[in-house]
Amino acid sequence: MLNIRDKGAEIWEGWNRPTRSTFVIGLIAVVMMLPYAGNFSFTNILNTPISSYQAVLVYPVGMFVLMALGLNIVVGKSGLLDLGYVAFFAIGAYTAAIMGTHFHWNTWECLPLGMALAMLSGVLLGLPTLRLRGDYLAIVTLGFGEIVRIVAVNNPSIGGPNGIANVPNPPRTLGVSFGLDHMESYFWVVVIMILLIIWMVRRFTARRPGRAWEAIRQDEDVAALMGVSTLKYKIWSFSIGAAIGGAAGVIFASKSMYVAPDMFSFNISVLILSCVVFGGMGNIWGVILGGTLLAYIPERIRFISNARQFVFGVALVLIMNIRPDGLLPRKKREKITKAGE
Amino acid sequence: MNFSVVLNQFWPLLISGLALGFIYVLISLGYTMVYGVLRLINFANSEIFMVGTFATVIVSRYFFHFDQNTDPLHGFRLFYTMGACLIASMLMSGVTAVMVELIAYRRLRAKGTNRLASLISAIGTSIMLQEGVRILTHSTPMSNPRLLRKFGAITIGDVNTPNNVVIRNDILLVIVFAAALFFAVDRFVSKTLLGKAIRAVSMSEETSRLMGINLNRVISATFLIGGFMTGAAAFLYETVYENTKYNVGFSIGLAAFTAAVLGGIGNLRGAFFGGLTLGLLEVFIAAVLGTQWKSVTVFVVLVLVLLFKPNGLFGEAVQQSRV
Repeated sequence: MLNIRDKGAEIWEGWNRPTRSTFVIGLIAVVMMLPYAGNFSFTNILNTPISSYQAVLVYPVGMFVLMALGLNIVVGKSGLLDLGYVAFFAIGAYTAAIMGTHFHWNTWECLPLGMALAMLSGVLLGLPTLRLRGDYLAIVTLGFGEIVRIVAVNNPSIGGPNGIANVPNPPRTLGVSFGLDHMESYFWVVVIMILLIIWMVRRFTARRPGRAWEAIRQDEDVAALMGVSTLKYKIWSFSIGAAIGGAAGVIFASKSMYVAPDMFSFNISVLILSCVVFGGMGNIWGVILGGTLLAYIPERIRFISNARQFVFGVALVLIMNIRPDGLLPRKKREKITKAGE
Repeated sequence: MNFSVVLNQFWPLLISGLALGFIYVLISLGYTMVYGVLRLINFANSEIFMVGTFATVIVSRYFFHFDQNTDPLHGFRLFYTMGACLIASMLMSGVTAVMVELIAYRRLRAKGTNRLASLISAIGTSIMLQEGVRILTHSTPMSNPRLLRKFGAITIGDVNTPNNVVIRNDILLVIVFAAALFFAVDRFVSKTLLGKAIRAVSMSEETSRLMGINLNRVISATFLIGGFMTGAAAFLYETVYENTKYNVGFSIGLAAFTAAVLGGIGNLRGAFFGGLTLGLLEVFIAAVLGTQWKSVTVFVVLVLVLLFKPNGLFGEAVQQSRV
């Protein structure tokens, strides 16, 4: 089977440092200009029929890629099946909404708090449940996702089923203003966060935590026998993933200016997980591709609006049958020792 | 918090909890048997249940031309109308389950890929089924016409005092029929040749293949039996609750899966006790805390159980009856 990932890695190996830097800077510049890509006649096909193309780029595309990268650390890197990832997204979003409306914090002040709270809940959930194996973990995380949503529905002090409206937009920062007619600035924020996460994941992968996660994913018992403190690294992976979900939530709340429990249903968890598996578990580029496609395609085919979810289901089944390891699978053996020595 | 309701309403709550629990038992059989042989969560089982509920409604509505104003049936007509609904539900769910296995699992299993790929393709089939039914029914709920006149079948205690216990006939039907079906499946799995093959595959796929067991056939049979049970549960659900919608499977499937995990997934008798425990818990908790907290408390209980008995309540104790 054609492995584009290995091909890409080969080409990358062949380049020297200046070429690599130029390529990376060029790529980032192209991605940053994406919000303007729909403005030309020949790129009209990019535009989405119902919501504006720029808004779609932020949510779902950017957000899904962000969350898929976070979930990839949990599912792809350390092999823990998390079916309730939306809970952390919800915690981040509600943190931003509550702090923004009641205490008038701005988004950048909410961001660390939202991440910290999501991380804390990840640790609290992880401590008892990460001792469990496989499917039990799946059902507990699934339950947690539902619990967070139901608590939000049944709690009148945070708006109950109506949610919280009038969440403030971020203030004007570094000469960039935010708002409904400035969707591109949200996209830039999301891209910067994605870049930070890519950098972080690449560092982790080559170092002790990454090796521990890889060992846990391949065989937990062997990893424990070899002296990897599995629970510690599993909790780390879980809570880092949670923090990324929380960060996505904060940005989401300040972008949509409104949060309601319905936005954080089980479907979102399933979609994010689909992004990870669809694109290629454990491979950052695969996950980014998966997130982009699975978020963008349903928006693009809204003209068949009624059947769009159905087509989505068919696509999931087909692609998984044709390429079970995802569109861009991970390398058969991660070369993790090289940078870590 | 309203604890007095538990004391005042203990028997009615217990009986409706048992009815719900028995429905969960049958659905969780679908999860637990598939998990036993494949070590995979059958994510589409909630949709298999949903399809079954629609089969019952469609047969009674369009085949026997029942509607909300028709009088309930008696005698032999009641028997064969309900029988037809039951058989339609079981067949529909069974066939859907086998189709799900063919579409979502078989090719991936032949390739020997990771478990998550099968999970995603099962989620894909689940979305397909749910959305297909949603489009066909225009997202409107359908009510099941009442075939069976509901009355108190058994009354324990004095009718004239408030302390009596009334068991409605539809509830009685659920409890008796579900218990009988469970017993039949349990016997089937432990006694027949196919049941033994299913158990062998769940113990070791590799060895059972070496022993000449046709893996694909056994797995299809497992899906078929799980689908039959889920279909029967769908029929019973329609008899008691008389309503269905394209997303009816989601919460019930989740609860049934929780029940399977609670009892120790992959374990038939575990599913029995898990289903009953969960049904009773849900009903009593809903009475004490209010229905909105029902699923939260159920999950909290599940986490606590898994914390202290990570293999479920009966995971290890009844290992012999593992499917």
